[in-house]
Amino acid sequence: MTAVKQRLSGFDFQNMVVYIGFIAIFIFFAVTLYDDGFLTQRNLTNIFLQTAPATIMAIGLVFALSAGEIDLSFGSIVAVSALTAAVVLRDYPLIMGVAAGLGVGILIGALNGVLVAYLKLPSFLVTLATMGLFAGIARSMTDLRSVPVMNEAFTGFFGSGKLFSVPSLLIWTVVAAAIGHIFYRHTRFGAHVLATGDNPRAAQVTGIKVPRVRLYVMMICGGTAGLAGLLYAGRLQAAKYTLGESDLMTVIAAVIVGGTALNGGKGSVIGALLGSLLMGMLNNGLILMNLKVSDQMIVRGLIILLAVAVSLRDSSR
Amino acid sequence: MAGKGIVMNNELNVLSLKNIHKAFGGIVAIQDFSLDLKAGEIVALVGDNGAGKSTLIKIISGVYTPTSGEIKLDGQEASFSDASAARSNGIEVVYQDLALADQQPVFMNMFLGRELTKPPFGLLDKARMRRESQELVDDLDVRIPSASSTISDLSGGQRQGIAIARATHWASKLVLLDEPTAALGVAETGKVEDLIASLKEKNLAILIISHSLDQVFKLSDRICVLRRGEQIGIRETAKTDKNEIVSMITGVA
Ligand SMILES: Nc1ncnc2c1ncn2[C@@H]1O[C@H](COP(=O)(O)OP(=O)(O)O)[C@@H](O)[C@H]1O
Ligand SMILES: [Mg+2]
Repeated sequence: MTAVKQRLSGFDFQNMVVYIGFIAIFIFFAVTLYDDGFLTQRNLTNIFLQTAPATIMAIGLVFALSAGEIDLSFGSIVAVSALTAAVVLRDYPLIMGVAAGLGVGILIGALNGVLVAYLKLPSFLVTLATMGLFAGIARSMTDLRSVPVMNEAFTGFFGSGKLFSVPSLLIWTVVAAAIGHIFYRHTRFGAHVLATGDNPRAAQVTGIKVPRVRLYVMMICGGTAGLAGLLYAGRLQAAKYTLGESDLMTVIAAVIVGGTALNGGKGSVIGALLGSLLMGMLNNGLILMNLKVSDQMIVRGLIILLAVAVSLRDSSR
Repeated sequence: MAGKGIVMNNELNVLSLKNIHKAFGGIVAIQDFSLDLKAGEIVALVGDNGAGKSTLIKIISGVYTPTSGEIKLDGQEASFSDASAARSNGIEVVYQDLALADQQPVFMNMFLGRELTKPPFGLLDKARMRRESQELVDDLDVRIPSASSTISDLSGGQRQGIAIARATHWASKLVLLDEPTAALGVAETGKVEDLIASLKEKNLAILIISHSLDQVFKLSDRICVLRRGEQIGIRETAKTDKNEIVSMITGVA
């Protein structure tokens, strides 16, 4: 009897929400939008490809939230990274553009991280400020102009390319999720991230370098946002300050629905992947339903609210 | 061989504190404190709230640096820059407000900060940590459903059992316990006391802070009394009684 109860409480409701929600929404759209082509391979692949940047950002955010921090600035980092890469690619080869785009993301993450870890400022406020700061910088970088990306190697690698007929964006998604999952669940670093978010004092007295963990998770967020910027620039063959602007809500919702706790110590990379796909499916379905953009936003907001409420229901016990 | 080792350990003080002094700004928390601790010995540290007991434990475990005074570990002068330095020198602390990560499983807590990895990629060896944790808690007779149980699903006594099991696993010399039963019920307190008593056999030196004189008299070999940062005296438990200790604590004869 107690064994059964133990099993049931070990059976993680929060982690199940994303699976149940995923299947429910999939079936709903499959039935109601069958004639609109929801189930076609093309549409399903599209969902995957369109969510690739958000998924990558969600994976980064799992680390930050699990360590008890948050990053609100990743949308702005996306734009700055994409613009940086696009500008560098005008005159320099692929590798330089990639390094510049990723490097800028990691650097901004490091700035966030230093302020959070060593100046002990709350990450919510730090990244709220840097979100605004780098949104402004993204606008001023190219005077609000869009920068085309002509480098075909780049647009192939980060956008429309294929490897053995598998779209590169799909490969990025799967590889990022796999690496993220292994780091999160199967390395000492992942364990230290969880312990830091769970009980920083316990982590610290057992010799875990808590400030360093905090710095690293913010850098991971910056790095994944940088990569997301490259993926946007690759797919759209251009960079603009608006990239990443509207991802904040979607990405946070994806992560929370995926079973990651808002206050640290618990999370899932695979859950975030599914959460992100769920958000993508929702977007796609609402568009296929021919809803006005304003109605789409309202419905999406309501569904996210519902999903997050259900996901968090269990954690307030 | 083993016998000789014990004799040597008994001759040498595991921990030796001499004229320890600690001030926080203008507040003197500890003045002129001296104490020697031997392997296999339990010394109780008693005193009213604010007497400086926790501060003393934090000094020994490297959380605070003393303003002046000398700390020797196995006869060697020691000064620890932080808690993990003390830890790597064989000193473990069991805190009153348990230093456990509640949402993680028992085995991850047991190996917190010292996780085991396996080749070739250096990934966590969860199977081994789980197995060794199970052996540890079984060895100390801490009853938990499994080494994979999440800490927050356990009772206060089970949690303190985990914290003590962890401390004894990693401590090679000294275990410091700061009110380990303060948050526990009667039955759980009894179990944890048995657990602490069993640590003597592991030839560790133990310093325990407790507010319960019953507990102190049950467990300790010697009792050291602090009052407002001042060391009032040390008594052998067998040669004193509660009245004497109470009057030392309160300063009322
Ligand atoms: N970090 C600190 N800063 C300033 N004063 C402190 C600090 N830690 C302890 N104290 C002071 O030192 C004295 C002893 O505290 P403590 O060691 O916690 O006592 P006990 O554990 O015996 O109740 C108290 O007067 C307390 O206010
Ligand atoms: Mg105290």
